Amino acid sequence: MAHLKESLLELIKRTSSEIPEDVHRAILRSLENEKKGSIAESTFKIIEQNIELAKQKTQPICQDTGSIIFYVEGPIGLDQLEFREIAEQAVRESTQKGHLRQNSVDSLTGVNDGTNVGKGFPTIHFHQSREKVTRVQLILKGGGCENVGAQYSLPNPKLKANRDLDGCRKVILDAVYQAQGKGCGPGILGVCIGGDRTTGYEFSKEQFLRKMEDRNSIEELNQLEQDICSTANKLGIGPMGFGGKTTLLGVKICAANRLPASFFVSISYMCWAFRRQGVSLNEDRTISSWLY
Amino acid sequence: MQSLTTPIDESSIRSLKVGDTVELTGIIFTGRDVVHKYLHEGGKLPPEVNLKNGVIYHCGPVVIRDENDQWKVTAAGPTTSIREEPYQWQIIRDFGIRAIIGKGGMGNRTLQACREYGCVYLHGVGGAAQVLAERIEKVRNVYMLEQFGSPEAIWEFDVIRFPAVVTMDSHGNSLHDEIQASSRAILDQNL
Ligand code: SF4
Repeated sequence: MAHLKESLLELIKRTSSEIPEDVHRAILRSLENEKKGSIAESTFKIIEQNIELAKQKTQPICQDTGSIIFYVEGPIGLDQLEFREIAEQAVRESTQKGHLRQNSVDSLTGVNDGTNVGKGFPTIHFHQSREKVTRVQLILKGGGCENVGAQYSLPNPKLKANRDLDGCRKVILDAVYQAQGKGCGPGILGVCIGGDRTTGYEFSKEQFLRKMEDRNSIEELNQLEQDICSTANKLGIGPMGFGGKTTLLGVKICAANRLPASFFVSISYMCWAFRRQGVSLNEDRTISSWLY
Repeated sequence: MQSLTTPIDESSIRSLKVGDTVELTGIIFTGRDVVHKYLHEGGKLPPEVNLKNGVIYHCGPVVIRDENDQWKVTAAGPTTSIREEPYQWQIIRDFGIRAIIGKGGMGNRTLQACREYGCVYLHGVGGAAQVLAERIEKVRNVYMLEQFGSPEAIWEFDVIRFPAVVTMDSHGNSLHDEIQASSRAILDQNL
């Protein structure tokens, strides 16, 4: 694991200060699409300037550097305990260097010890693979957008949402409406249909690992993604809720098995400051390539 | 685009409408949860903190000491304002504040106070920490740093052309309410 810490430090730094290219392209397309001279257009211009400045200065795109969520896929034999120790060390150092804000508070005492290390901080999801390479992906997800996420249990009589795809559509659009601009829109939705209360949210967040241009291989879900995105963009909520054509930049949906008695739809909202990166590691744990 | 310079007089505030974009130049004071609660409970401000015709910014900035031992702001985006809803109306009334900068908008009591006392709510671009930090020319001072800690302290900044949108004006209008209502109507047609 010789070079693992350096590689993770690099990954954290880049995730915090650079928007992935696929998301950046989506933001630029939306900027073009907004009416010239509108508040939406000037808001996008500030967002775009901010993206450029953060990259140039290697400073956090947003001061809320968020929950730290690692996804690690590695071969059988990868030492998970050692990986966690090194990841925690990398998080501590990145916090000292200011790539991460002191952002983790003890829920009972209210104390922020300034390290970003504690129960659930950072979160690391390990997956085994038969391949030789290790891949590490990282998402930094801020609090403002996390607060507007929602989980619905179907049927929902108030929204007239039944246990079918149309019911899913209704509750997902309700979440967009409820969020208005409060999650620092334009947002990206990650959705899981099914699962339980825990796995539903977990899978919904994994959807953020998909590239913006990527199309769902399941046709019904592909259609639902397109439909929700275009319907949401008719609502006129716009960036920051100021009004405009771009309410969502994208929608990603997956389905998971559920119990016969439950039907959850779990929706995670990601703000425009979408921080996600990933690396493939060589056997000596140096970075061989960037994934986004 | 409208330019505002502190101290701001009432007539400049009354001329603003929701949807106007503004650029603010002059002095602003940060204040978030702890300061609002403190003032609401009758806490006293240091005499140098003059909020009359001034601006409060809902922000917990990241401020460091640079190589010359001067304060330097490295990130300074707005924080969610609605948490100050129980206190804001009273602070507008008692201190003669003309503008509040934050994000996400505020509720009815604040809107009423804006109308009654001549104040507006300016919405910053959430997440634009770097652009907004660049518009902060200088840290003039900091108050109650020991007592409240860095993010909650009252920071006094010199800002130049700080960009924001009027989303609650002094005539009882809220862009948040308008967009919520219009998006509801469109959603209903598309369900
Ligand atoms: S929601 Fe996102 S952009 Fe907004 S303050 Fe939080 S992390 Fe930053």
